[in-house]
Amino acid sequence: MAYINVPEGVPGIRSLVMFRPETGRHLYQLTQVLLRDPSPLSPAERELIATHVSARNNCMFCMSSHAAAARELLEEKRDVVDCVIHNQSTPHLSDKMKALLNIAGKVQQSGKLVTDEDVSQARQHDASDRDIHDTVLIAATFSMFNRYVDGLGSLTPTDPTEYVPMGKRLATMGYVLPQQQKN
Amino acid sequence: MAHIQLPDGLPGIRGPMALRPETSKPLNELAEVLLRADNSLTRGERELIATYVSYLNDCFFCQNAHGGLAQHYLSCDLEQMDKMKIHPETAPISEKMKALLSISGSVQKGGKHVTAGQIEKAKGLGATDLEIHDTVLIAAAFCMFNRYVDGLGTWAPQDRMFYVNRAKTRAEEGYANYNPHN
Repeated sequence: MAYINVPEGVPGIRSLVMFRPETGRHLYQLTQVLLRDPSPLSPAERELIATHVSARNNCMFCMSSHAAAARELLEEKRDVVDCVIHNQSTPHLSDKMKALLNIAGKVQQSGKLVTDEDVSQARQHDASDRDIHDTVLIAATFSMFNRYVDGLGSLTPTDPTEYVPMGKRLATMGYVLPQQQKN
Repeated sequence: MAHIQLPDGLPGIRGPMALRPETSKPLNELAEVLLRADNSLTRGERELIATYVSYLNDCFFCQNAHGGLAQHYLSCDLEQMDKMKIHPETAPISEKMKALLSISGSVQKGGKHVTAGQIEKAKGLGATDLEIHDTVLIAAAFCMFNRYVDGLGTWAPQDRMFYVNRAKTRAEEGYANYNPHN
C-alpha cells in the first residue's frame, strides 16, 4: 500500500498524479516533450533510455511500463528491450545508442560521472549536442520519476501482462494526464 | 567547459534552460508549484529540502542557488545555512521538518530507501499526506535538476556570495516566468 492516500487500485505514477494533478500536469508535459515531441532520437530510442535508467534504479513500475512502450514502438525489433535491461549486446542497437546509454548510466549514478571521453565517444558515432542534451535530461528525469514512484511506495503490479496495455497506451496516446474517476 | 555548446555567460541550469525552452517550461512550472505556490510548508522549508538534497548530491550550483533562497526566506546567515544542510538533525527547525528532511535524504539515495517507519514518524509529528508527497517529489526533482546541471558539465560562479546577493531578486522573480538570460 502506498504511504499516502492515493486512489485505490491505480498503479505507479498514475496514482500519484491523480493525488496531486497540480504537479502531475507539468510532469506529464515534460515527459511528452522529452519522449514524444520531434527529436533526432526516435520515441523508441528515448523509451530505451528511460527503461535503461529505471532498470538501473531497480524501479519495477517505471522499467516495466517504459519497456512495454518501447516494445510496442520497436515492433519486430522488440527483443532489443530485454538486451538493454540485461546489458547484453545486440546488433539492433546502434553504436550511437550504445554511447548514449553509457552516458545515461553515468547520469543515473551522478551527473559528475559524465566524462569528456564519454561525450567524445558519442560524438564519434554522430551524436549531436541535441542528442546529448536530451539523453542527459531524460536520464535525470527518470532519476526523479523512479524516486517519486518508489519513495511513496506506489502500487507496482507484479504480473508482466498488466504492463502490455500500458505500453500500447503510451505508444499510441503518449503522456496524457489521467483523470480522477468521478463517482 | 560544458559538454555541449551552451549560450555564453549563463551559469548552472541557466545555460541548458536557455538552450531548450520546450523542456524549460514544464521544469520551471513544476518548480513554481513545488517550491513557491501556496502550501502548508513554507517557501523557506521547501527551499531547505532542495538545498539539503543538492548538498547530498554535491551539486555546487543548486545547493548555493537554493541555499541562498532558503537563507533569504529563513532569515539566517551563510554559516547557519551550512549548519542546517550539513547537520539538519541539530538545526533550529521543527521536529516535523527534521522528519521530512530524513525522508528527503532517503529519497536522494533511492526511492526504496524510504521506510514505513520514517513516514509514520513524520505523520506522528503532524505531517500531512500532501506534505509527505511534496517532500518526496521535491527531493526527487532535485535528484533530476542536480544531474541535469552536472551531467552537462555546466559552470558555476565560485564566490558563494554571488548566490546570497541575488536571492532576494530571485525570490521575487519566482520560477514560472523565469528568464534564463537574466
